[in-house]
Amino acid sequence: MSGVRLLVGTRKGAFVMRSDGKRERWEIAGPHFGGWEIYHLKGSPADQNRLYCSQSTGWFGQVLQRSNDAGKTWETVGNQFAYDGVPGQHLWYDGTPHPWEFKRVWHLEPSLTEPDTVYAGVEDAAMFKTTDAGQTWHELPGLRTHESASKWAPGAGGLCLHTILIDPANPKRMFIAISAAGAFRSEDGGTSWRPINRGLKSQQELPDPNAEVGHCVHRLAMHRSKPGVLFMQKHWDVMRSDDAGDSWHEISGNLPTDFGFVIDVHAHEPNTIYVVPIKSDSEHYPPDGKLRVYRSRTGGQDWEALTNGLPQRDCYVNVLRDAMSVDSLDKCGIYFGTTGGQVYASADAGDSWTAVARDLPPVLSVEAQTLA
Amino acid sequence: MIRVVLPQHLRTLARVDGEVSVDVPGQPTLGGVLSALEETYPVLRGTMRDHVTLKRRPFVRFYACEQDLSHEAPDVPLPDAVASGAEPFLVVGAMAGG
Repeated sequence: MSGVRLLVGTRKGAFVMRSDGKRERWEIAGPHFGGWEIYHLKGSPADQNRLYCSQSTGWFGQVLQRSNDAGKTWETVGNQFAYDGVPGQHLWYDGTPHPWEFKRVWHLEPSLTEPDTVYAGVEDAAMFKTTDAGQTWHELPGLRTHESASKWAPGAGGLCLHTILIDPANPKRMFIAISAAGAFRSEDGGTSWRPINRGLKSQQELPDPNAEVGHCVHRLAMHRSKPGVLFMQKHWDVMRSDDAGDSWHEISGNLPTDFGFVIDVHAHEPNTIYVVPIKSDSEHYPPDGKLRVYRSRTGGQDWEALTNGLPQRDCYVNVLRDAMSVDSLDKCGIYFGTTGGQVYASADAGDSWTAVARDLPPVLSVEAQTLA
Repeated sequence: MIRVVLPQHLRTLARVDGEVSVDVPGQPTLGGVLSALEETYPVLRGTMRDHVTLKRRPFVRFYACEQDLSHEAPDVPLPDAVASGAEPFLVVGAMAGG
């Protein structure tokens, strides 16, 4: 029987939520790893019971967990993320050089075909890879040693590699995003990278608004049937590329604000996209106290507010960059979590919403697994 | 045997309850106790000190016999009371929780 599993990372533990295909009633298990920050969990597309989880605290550092039974039990795997060679320096917030220092794993992206292979995006920004189910990790240093890396600077959350997309048609083509360096593309499985930021403008944040690197990209999204079309929620501006990132154009259109963190694509409609507008970079909550998901069925520019079931007064939560996901059932389900601890679900592509959970710790990430 | 009290998060990670004991060959030192802990409980590697540099993590403290040993060199012998097992060696998460 089909169903959906939600993997929810929070400031104080991980939760695994399960529903059947109707997506009306949910069983919630957790917290796993109570008290630890769970930046991200994700399941292997090649084995739906194989899960990976990034667990960390400021006190005791990074831990990685793996489950082989859909989150019922977990085992600790390798946590040594050593940069390859001398790490070098990036820019600090004030523009002075600062040494590269590993902080945590922000994002785990399992291979599309190999359950034991996973890519990890870390802070300070770099990409790591395991091919032994997490026991050992090695850096793919071509990104961190890119000639532009000495000009990268952290966003408010740190110099984090937070998005990894793998082209389903050509797994050697990968896209990543770093706050605040920008987006990059690899054609060789992560060995070498080139910046793909032409068309991005950061008038307030950069001395050269059109700089090749330095843009605060918050999230990238792609539909698996059209991997050359990319969508981006930048610090400000919602952007689209139709040439695999070679150039970008703005699609913010009639959004009430084009600041935000999440962006995602409908599972069956490559031109239907979702964002959650946030008031500003200093006011991380929805405009007018109304939590609204905005949907465009035209690939951008024309947006409609989705409000049915979402709080429309006195709501001042944020939705962080890894906290939205879609399932691939018919109708497409869409899910997001908030810094207020709510997890909202829509089983009808956003037309209506219900709260799966209301009182979790602040939600850092949400991943939906469609179960066969 | 050296008695060690781990903080709650590390007890959970190592799947132990209460105090643990580790065998430290020769004169027990701060570094020797940490190495013995990591040898006995490999999941603790990287949680108290860096994998490579062995530098103490900034928010981890080491106490024993009402003394702060956090800044002692790793080869400094531990107090006799810890070496004899009369007093425990404490691994502590720094007070930073508000």
